[in-house]
Amino acid sequence: MTMPDGTSRKTFIRTGAQTRELVEASLGARRRRELRFRLYGILAIFASVAFVVFFGYTIVKAGYPAFSQTFIQLEIGFDPAVVDPDGKRERQSLAGANYKKLVTESLLAIFPEVTDRRAKRALNGLVSSGVVYELRDMVLADPDLIGTSRKIWLPVDDEIDSYFKAASGAAQDAAAGRFKSEELEWIKRLQSQGLLELRFNRIFFTAGDSRDPEMAGILAAAKGSFFMLLVTMLLAFPAGVAAAIYLEEFAPKNRWIDLIEVNINNLAAVPSIIFGLLGLAFFINFLEMPRSAPLVGGLVLALMTLPTIIIASRSAIKAVPPSIRDAALGLGASRVQTVTHHVLPLALPGMLTGAILGMARALGETAPLLMIGMVAFVVDIPQTPLDPSTALPVQIYLWADSPERAFVERTSAAIIVLMLFLLLMNAAAVWLRNRFERRW
Amino acid sequence: MRLSTILLIYAAILFAGFLAGRHKAALIRNRSGSASGIHSLPAYHGYNVMLWGAIPALLAIVGYLAFGESLIISNVVDSLPEALRTLPEPQLNLVLNDVRNLAAGPDSIAGAVPDSAIVDAAGRLLDLRNLGTIFLGIAVILLAATGCGFAWYRLDADSRARNQVESVIVACLFIAAAVAVLTTLGIVFSVVFEAARFFAKVPITEFLFGLKWSPQMAIRADQVGSSGSFGAVPLFAGTLMISGIAMLVAVPIGLLVAIYTAEYLSPRARMLVKPLLELLAGIPTVVYGFFAALTVAPLLRSVGIDMGFEISSESALGAGLVMGIMILPFVSSISDDVINAVPQGLRDGSYGLGATKSETIKRVILPAALPGIVGGILLAVSRAIGETMIVVMAAGLAANLTANPLQAVTTVTVQIVTLLVGDQEFDSPKTLAAFGLGLTLFVVTLTLNVIALEVVRRFREQYD
Repeated sequence: MTMPDGTSRKTFIRTGAQTRELVEASLGARRRRELRFRLYGILAIFASVAFVVFFGYTIVKAGYPAFSQTFIQLEIGFDPAVVDPDGKRERQSLAGANYKKLVTESLLAIFPEVTDRRAKRALNGLVSSGVVYELRDMVLADPDLIGTSRKIWLPVDDEIDSYFKAASGAAQDAAAGRFKSEELEWIKRLQSQGLLELRFNRIFFTAGDSRDPEMAGILAAAKGSFFMLLVTMLLAFPAGVAAAIYLEEFAPKNRWIDLIEVNINNLAAVPSIIFGLLGLAFFINFLEMPRSAPLVGGLVLALMTLPTIIIASRSAIKAVPPSIRDAALGLGASRVQTVTHHVLPLALPGMLTGAILGMARALGETAPLLMIGMVAFVVDIPQTPLDPSTALPVQIYLWADSPERAFVERTSAAIIVLMLFLLLMNAAAVWLRNRFERRW
Repeated sequence: MRLSTILLIYAAILFAGFLAGRHKAALIRNRSGSASGIHSLPAYHGYNVMLWGAIPALLAIVGYLAFGESLIISNVVDSLPEALRTLPEPQLNLVLNDVRNLAAGPDSIAGAVPDSAIVDAAGRLLDLRNLGTIFLGIAVILLAATGCGFAWYRLDADSRARNQVESVIVACLFIAAAVAVLTTLGIVFSVVFEAARFFAKVPITEFLFGLKWSPQMAIRADQVGSSGSFGAVPLFAGTLMISGIAMLVAVPIGLLVAIYTAEYLSPRARMLVKPLLELLAGIPTVVYGFFAALTVAPLLRSVGIDMGFEISSESALGAGLVMGIMILPFVSSISDDVINAVPQGLRDGSYGLGATKSETIKRVILPAALPGIVGGILLAVSRAIGETMIVVMAAGLAANLTANPLQAVTTVTVQIVTLLVGDQEFDSPKTLAAFGLGLTLFVVTLTLNVIALEVVRRFREQYD
């Protein structure tokens, strides 16, 4: 006979008092074991909760500075001799003008003592090299600017940005160490004149990718993700719901249908990178669809989310009680009518919940997109699902690989944006479930 | 004639067919004087007429989209002058690209004035395309109109419109269900086909048992080391090591979390812990990868320096730890389901015999839930093996065959990504090797899934 604590006894006949004695003797050890077991459980939960907190803290701490950016206020004179030398205001000549010179001149107005060529170039380096495009777009949008002079807030170089953001202490000293003494002098002078200011980083939300961290934004990637999810939703939701209806309501019970069911369950667990291989071999190599297009990405993600949506839709259909079907059939409705008039409307919230969760998974998916060439350096905002584009998670992957330190904060900021979208989608799914969940 | 015009006309004919069918059916019903005077509701007759026109014309459109362009191109190739037509395949494709670009618009060809043969061919291409769409337009109009007309003509009180429409609907539903199977077939065919081309160049035994992986192919044939070596054992070992570390993290913690939430926590505390775990499950893997590379790897490295170890910044340990955290919610949610499915009677019986809670869990609940838990763990292993982004960002690229988790190793998925990212030609062994790896990955994960689902299915029935 084996006791709960594992000891065994030879005698099989015991009196009640003896048993009691035995149990009481082992009780202390058993209670200690119980406590220890609970402790392990608490530790495990604590570890996972601690990870969530640590993770959130790291990302937010690294990412929130990217939502603001240091700008410098410059008095830009749109000198007609520089911007429009022929005076004809032709688009082409306006677009090709030397806007860098405007920036240099306005900087020289603040630092008149700088004359040396090398020092002038260093002075120019204070301002982001992307501002020339910003000035060009301003002039192209409004040619009447030529000949006037304006105070404009322009983004500074990323090194100065991180110096300015590191308000004080060791971090600032470290950031300052990367400048030459004269550069530091200039920055301090600009700072004391109030010409440097931390402002909301609109570039981050309105620009495409860029080699300069201060000019890089997530809009191109976000729009690519949007197009992709649109294609995925339009394909995977109807097909998934239709497949689920067939399997639950119309499928005969035979070996082929079993095969389809096993297939769907297995497909849901196939690694996503395999879907990328399928996309590369079939859509791009065989059907010769364009690389880097959200359309192909959407197709691949649709195939990937289809099993998830089918499984969720099937359980939503299963939750509709048979009495509803029996009542409809009893009143003379056909099976298709029963499904379209009664089962489908009742199951739709559950299906939508599953679809939103599937979409959320698709939004965070990266690996298959790498296979089909969506790792492009995309500056222009894509306008259609056929334009070359990238996706939010891929943008995160690309930025994570960039050597500039300023990209670390932008990567984290992009992660925050992505996580917000995911939280929003999950919240929508939860809301939908709570709002329409019915107990029969 | 443009494709959009054709589609518009198509839609218009179908709509007219629907209206005509519904109208005729309504007339028949009204004439008979009762709702049962006609077999189906008028709307079904409308849809039926519409479908009779829609399906044949749709087949014509799909057929044109699938084969039209390649027929036209082969015709254009035949009309090219002898010198161009007999060019080898790659050059011919370049010529055809020029032709296509020229046909797309005069601006789209940059630089030199194109050859007159190419201009002619581009003209021919445009002519043929026009002709093709005109034919398509006529065919679509004819098919749609005769289809609708035929169905409309045959419409009478006895036609079983509803049954026909419904059988089309059910057929569509079946096709949707079959897409999943087609996807699997597509995966199998595309991966197997490319992998077969790889194994024609590199023997399968060398791939499966070779100890050296260096897929760098030389650019020129006479270069030193012109053939890469494709022994995948270091990749398999690296994959197993990282997945193993991940499982060492995920299984104990995940299981304990599941047990504690299911058996000890009050319902209110459970409402707090579960969403946190779901949050963990919802974090995209690229974010985990960034976290591993940015935070965990430097942390491990500095800990290693303090303790006197040399820890690589791309160590298997770092990637494995983070992957373990990623898989943890997966393990805990499956285990939670399985533990909750154990009938309350088993618990009550155990408590009644005087067992403590932990004794009940260890000796009654876990044995009862074991098949489900094992199935869940197998699914988690298959996930760990197929996981890509974490290892791409946090594990190494060099294929080291080592048993030391502090060194950098590489995995199957990392190699697939590095071999395929960027523009690649499709016939070098380097590119095809990715499909060989993909096939291996697919077979292994599929086997694990099948076993796991089978284990879960076979042992779940005990208590139902």
